[in-house]
Order: sequence, then structure tokens, then C-alpha cells
Amino acid sequence: MAIWLTKDSKVIVQGMTGSEGSKHTRRMLAAGTNVVGGVNPRKAGQTVDFDGTELPVFASVADAMAETGADVTVIFVPPQFTKAAVVEAIDAAIPLAVVITEGVPVHDTAAFWAYNLAQGERTRIIGPNCPGIASPGASNAGIIPADITGAGRIGLVSKSGTLTYQMMYELRDIGFSTCVGIGGDPIIGTTHIDALAAFEADPETDAIVMIGEIGGDAEERAAEFIKANVTKPVVGYIAGFTAPPGKTMGHAGAIISGSAGTAEAKQAALEAVGVKVGKTPTETAKLMREIMSGN
Amino acid sequence: MDLYEYQGRDLFERHGLPVLAGGVATTPQEARAIAERLGGRVVVKAQVKVGGRGKAGGVKLAEGPDEAVARATDILGMDIKGHTVHKVMITVTADVAEEYYFSYLLDRANRTFLCIASVAGGMDIEQVAAETPDRVVKAPIDANTGVDEAKAREIVSAAGFPAEVADQVVEVAVGLWQAFVAEDATLVEVNPLAKNGDGRMLLLDAKITLDENAAFRHPDHEALVDQASVDPLEQAAKEKDLNYVKLDGEVGIIGNGAGLVMSTLDVVAYAGERHGNVKPANFLDIGGGASAAVMANGLEIVLSDPAVKSVFVNVFGGITACDEVANGIIQALALLEQRGEQVTKPLVVRLDGNNAEAGRAILDGANNPLVQRVDTMDGAAERAAELAAAGV
Repeated sequence: MAIWLTKDSKVIVQGMTGSEGSKHTRRMLAAGTNVVGGVNPRKAGQTVDFDGTELPVFASVADAMAETGADVTVIFVPPQFTKAAVVEAIDAAIPLAVVITEGVPVHDTAAFWAYNLAQGERTRIIGPNCPGIASPGASNAGIIPADITGAGRIGLVSKSGTLTYQMMYELRDIGFSTCVGIGGDPIIGTTHIDALAAFEADPETDAIVMIGEIGGDAEERAAEFIKANVTKPVVGYIAGFTAPPGKTMGHAGAIISGSAGTAEAKQAALEAVGVKVGKTPTETAKLMREIMSGN
Repeated sequence: MDLYEYQGRDLFERHGLPVLAGGVATTPQEARAIAERLGGRVVVKAQVKVGGRGKAGGVKLAEGPDEAVARATDILGMDIKGHTVHKVMITVTADVAEEYYFSYLLDRANRTFLCIASVAGGMDIEQVAAETPDRVVKAPIDANTGVDEAKAREIVSAAGFPAEVADQVVEVAVGLWQAFVAEDATLVEVNPLAKNGDGRMLLLDAKITLDENAAFRHPDHEALVDQASVDPLEQAAKEKDLNYVKLDGEVGIIGNGAGLVMSTLDVVAYAGERHGNVKPANFLDIGGGASAAVMANGLEIVLSDPAVKSVFVNVFGGITACDEVANGIIQALALLEQRGEQVTKPLVVRLDGNNAEAGRAILDGANNPLVQRVDTMDGAAERAAELAAAGV
């Protein structure tokens, strides 16, 4: 089963003909993802060869959906064009849009998010500035390496890319149902809470790893949600205990402002609702390992 | 990027919002010229990106150019909560009758923008909100419909602005929203928004944060960067497109991906608790494709920090293959030697993930006495901290 992305998902790529888009389209295909085409109005009607797989290019997301039955789009277009690309995906009412692009102005993200709400939230948006979503052994939409881990029964939700990979690697012998990288921007389309709710409802997920980082209060709100709604065991990790206030740590959203957004506050909130929080990624993996082995 | 008050004043003025006439000075002589141009009594205000400057003596009245010079001489060079004053803003004085509060900001939790307005201005708005929450209005703003006259009127009425200023506050609210959007700001805060003795509205202070992701559509924002306050290493890193933040410790950090690097800082700090309390010296994310040149640039920046005693290179090969990273490190060391850099500080390298075995073999084969391979993140952090403590 997994969440949001399964072996039946039909994936298109907005920006498939660009350098990042074509590189990762090739990787997604190699991972077994059912990529059915790309979108580029200037190259509509052409096909692109990916090691023997001929993928058609469509003029719009709506065209691609009508022709192929696509239900997932992965967006690689540059930041200047990301808002228009996401709005196009929302207009086509595609069920899932994964926005990989880094460096999107927050006014643009706020605008496409507000637009999505106004249209009745028909599209789940993951990102921007995220590694995407992978259901190991089934499908892979984004840039998460497909060969780190196989299928299993842990669900993973994380703000960070490489930290996601690290955790997948640490627990690769157990495996994952779905790994979701939600991104480190101040406004994101899918939150920790959305992923927690989906994992709670997923019969193929037994336990959840949640990776957060400094900035905002998403982890605190996730803790409240866990208390009220999540019965499966959750293990947490927070990055940025030693980050000084006022300095942005790589992700646009990773900044401690005033007394808000500290790692200590997030850890305390999670522990208060019974979530075990690891001090390092390795220790976090160990906590999850104990849960999965029934200790 | 946070702006100085004078930059905020200039920005408001460019957007047609009512501000006091003024200018910015870096020397007492410049302060005199501005005071002469403005005429009469002026205010001299320290320009620092920290609150509480009034209490610290950073805001003074001056009766004309001579006093403006004296006050500027006092304030320039002053230390306010660790911030040295390099600039003063000189403005004409306001005859303040009422002080209000008005701001627009990003509301992360609700994934939208927020307007905060209050007739209780001039004070810390968080304190007002805590003590008298009914005097503070928080109105969500839809990013696509924004603040038009009707929306502004709704806010002004909800906040209870007096009838005689309502029309003017509406005008300010709409103009401020337009500036907020046009400049890609994530915060514009006016405290106080004042009613002058003659009944006119004035934006008397400006706290503005601009979104650096939007720099591509604001070439003029580059000029707002305060070069004097940028750490020279951070500046050098920026010129090489590296994401580097200078910190206070002894262990240089290089990693790939913001989250992993943040995590690396923590793990090194924990290890440091057992080794002379050494701490991370920096944050440096070399990103996804760590080529030899990128690795060399990163190493060069980190090693040029004299506080660094050891370096921890922590890479998880996701997209990037670890053998390429290992080659990058070896080539980077050779490159640095060619550039005439004497590398004497030990490097602890941890490679995991994609092609880790091949990467480790390359490091072993290079047999560089400065490079030590440790295969777990926690173990490598321990070793880097130990080496830094020994080198301090």
C-alpha cells in the first residue's frame, strides 16, 4: 500500500527536458517508477528517449493527464517558473504534485498554496525545496536515491534530504513503507501532520520516524497531533541543537527567531507526548530498531 | 535579509508611504550636512539590528547641526548589545500625538500572511498581546487577494482605530501591503505608526525582512547588504556559491545537505563535551554534487579560519557517489597545495551511502597522513573533536 505513491502511480515530469529534470527522470525510470511523460509547451509532440524508453512531451499537465491518466507530477522547473508550474498542476487537479525546486520565493509558495486552497485542495503538494517521496520497491517521485533501502513497514517523514537518506540507510535492513521529504522552506504544501495522519491510516506502516529541524513550530504542532491521533509508535529526531539564533542554517526555514523554533522546545514537546527523541541519527535509528524488534 | 531602519525608511519613501525627512551618516561631518539640509531640531538614531537602542543611549535629540555633530560623535562607535554602531540616521522630529502598531508578516503555521494591528503602539507588541489580547488584531491575509481598501477597512475597524485617522490608516495599510508584496518582504513592521500633532500619519520606525530567494527579481536588493557586518569568510564562501555560516568553535565542518550538516554540528558538539569542550567552527553545506573543485573551495574556506584545529567531512552519498567525493577530497588537498596553501590540520572523513566502499578504498589508497577515515558519523565526530582538542 504505502502512502500517496504506489506502484500504480503514473508520474509525469514538469521540466523533464531540462538538465535536472532529465537526469532524475532517468533515475526514476531506473527505480521502476511508471513515468509516462513530461510537460513542456515548446516541445509538445516530441518524444524523449531515456535509455530505450520513449517518453512523450505534452503541452500542459491537463493534456498529459488526459492522454496518459497521470496522477502524479514531479516539478523540476527553475524557481522563476515554479509558481506557474504548480498553478498549472492545480488547475489540472492532479492528485499529487511533488515540487523539488529549491529557492522558490516564499510569496510564490504562499500564492500557489492559497490558490490550491481556493480550488478545494484537490492537489496534494509536497515541497517545495524537498527530495520528494519514495515508496521503496514500488515507486519513486523525486530525487531520493532508490537503492538505499528496500520495502518495509517503517514510515518516514523529514524536512531534510540527506538526513532522510541517512535514516533510510541506518534502517535499511528493516525497510520502509514510504519516505516523504517535506522540505525545509517556511511554507510547505505537506506537513509532518499530514504525513503522520496518512501513516497512521496506512495498514502497511507499523511505526513512524519523524525528522525535524529548528525554525517554526511544525514539530510542536505535530506533537499535539500525535497525542490526539496517532496510536502507532513514533520516534523523533531534531537537527540544530547547536545552531545560534538569527542565523539561517541552509534551509530558508531553519532559523531560530527570538525564543521560537529551538530544537530544545521541539524535543520537549515531542517527549511530552511520549515520542522518543534520539540525540543523533544513529541513536534515533536504534530507538526505532528496538520498537520494530518488539523490545 | 534584515534591513536597517534607514533602509526601511528609504524603502517606505520609495513606495510613497509617509515618513520623516532624513538621511544616514557614517561620520559626524555627514551628520552635520544632513542636519543643515533638514534644518531645525533633529533626532540622531543609532542604526543597529537589535532592539533597546533607546535605553542604551542610541537615540538623541539635537538642536541644530552643531549638536547633531556632537550626538553623532557620541553614538557612532557605541556598542549596543554587542553591535557596534557604524551608521546614524538623522531625521526631523515628529510631534507625536498617538502611537499605533501595524505589521505584515509571514505566518508559517497557517501557511499564509498575517496582519497585526493595534492602537497600543510604541511598545513591544508581544507584551501588549500577552497582557491585553483584545487590543491586538491578527488578521490572516490571502496571498492572492491581498489587502485592498475593503480588507484594510475591515482591519482598521476591527483594531478600533479612531474615526478621525481611519481613512489615513486604511491608505497606509494598502500602501504597506503593496510594498510588502512588491519587495518580496517576509516582514514589514511599523512601530510606532504615529499620528502627528497636525493629524497626519507617519511611519516612524521600520523593521523589514526581505526574502533572499526572491533576489532574482530584485537586483537592487544586493545593494542593501551591509558588507561591513558580513563575516569575511561568509563573504568569500558566498562568492563561491557555498552555503557557509561562521560559528565560534574549533572543529571545521563540511557536509552535504542542510539537515545533515546541522545534525553534524550537534553530533560534534556532543563529542566535544568529552574533549575539551571543543565546538563546531562553522556550518558548510556543499550541496548535492560535490565535485573536486567544490570540495577544494569548501576546504579552503574552512581551513582559512584560524580557529579551526581539525576538519570533519561528513558526506552521505545519495545522488553523489562516495568514490567521486573521495577523489574530490584527495584532489582538493592537491589543489590547495598547488594554490600554495599549507594544509597542516587533520581531516576526519566519514563516507556512507552510494559507493561508500569504493570511496573508502580511494582514501586508504591515497595514504595521506592528514586524512583519517572513520566510517560512522558518531565515531568520526568523536575523532574530529579529539583531534581538535589535542590541537588547541
